[in-house]
Amino acid sequence: MDYIDPHIHMVSRTTDDYATLARMGCVAMSEPAFWAGYDRGSVDGFRDYFHQLTDTEPKRAAQYGIQHFTWLCINAKEAENVSLSRDVIAMIPEFIDKPNVLGIGEIGLNKNTKNEATVFLEHMELAIKFQQQILIHTPHLEDKYQGTRMILDMLSDDSRIDRSRVLVDHVEEHTITEVLDRGFWAGMTLYPITKCTPERAVDMIEKTGGERLLANSAGDWGPSKPTAVPDLIFEMRRRGLSETLIRKVVYDNPMEFFSQSKNFTFTLRS
Amino acid sequence: MNRTANSILDEKFLDVRAKLLEVAADFDRIDRAASDEGPLSGQSRDHRERLGEAINILRSDGADRAERLQKLFSRDYESSWRKEMQI
Repeated sequence: MDYIDPHIHMVSRTTDDYATLARMGCVAMSEPAFWAGYDRGSVDGFRDYFHQLTDTEPKRAAQYGIQHFTWLCINAKEAENVSLSRDVIAMIPEFIDKPNVLGIGEIGLNKNTKNEATVFLEHMELAIKFQQQILIHTPHLEDKYQGTRMILDMLSDDSRIDRSRVLVDHVEEHTITEVLDRGFWAGMTLYPITKCTPERAVDMIEKTGGERLLANSAGDWGPSKPTAVPDLIFEMRRRGLSETLIRKVVYDNPMEFFSQSKNFTFTLRS
Repeated sequence: MNRTANSILDEKFLDVRAKLLEVAADFDRIDRAASDEGPLSGQSRDHRERLGEAINILRSDGADRAERLQKLFSRDYESSWRKEMQI
């Protein structure tokens, strides 16, 4: 089955991974900007990274017939440095019209601090000013519930935000209902230990029906599995769920969400 | 939901049994060390109590145990956070 991975960090993966994903049915992916495993020291460090996301990765993906899209921001971990964050936010418009940029992301919170919230709100302003979609990172483990609620508060308090153009990622059992009930899209990240397994993700699909719900692998430099979305497809089939529902979650939903971005020029497989 | 409760339990029985054994063995290991070197203290004691509460959730009824477990291991949310942070 063709599928789209809506959240995967291919800068951390080998070219062999692109080949494997293509063989598994991946036809498109989107890659949010994230933490490199260390704090970058300057705005030029981010400028180089955004070149990689908007130029290098689309070419690597295209070699295997995969269409690569991306999201730009300074991530929550580095948002404690408000001064650097403001410099990066001011620089992002240099890249916003690149053909594979879908919006601003993955913005969010990490430890739910005042500085993180300040930078989140300034990213929101940027997205509103340039009419961009938003992809959101929610915190891990014990910080997720509180941080997700804080993020939803900031989004909901601003009437200029179109909730149907916002994807709140890394939802789990205790956050998914609030995200969907408030009218946002929700993403489940299939990731060992800190997020959720394919089995738990399918439980959430069964409970919610799969409306406005996406699934992704995150596939980054941590202990993750870039082929986690095919694992989800396998688990759904194993449980006897319909091909229509499977396709909705792994293909139709990402298509519908991404299609709200003017840069989502997806070419159907001929 | 296409499967019956019986079929799900039959399929998962050995898997759940194995997971429970791992938890039991982890607790045994902690208790063995405690009998040699003294009881848990500070954050470790708090964590052990939290795990006990988690087991109580597992023993309870309802189809929302995963959600309740997640909330048990979560920091509280205060709706007044924006005022407190002055944001």
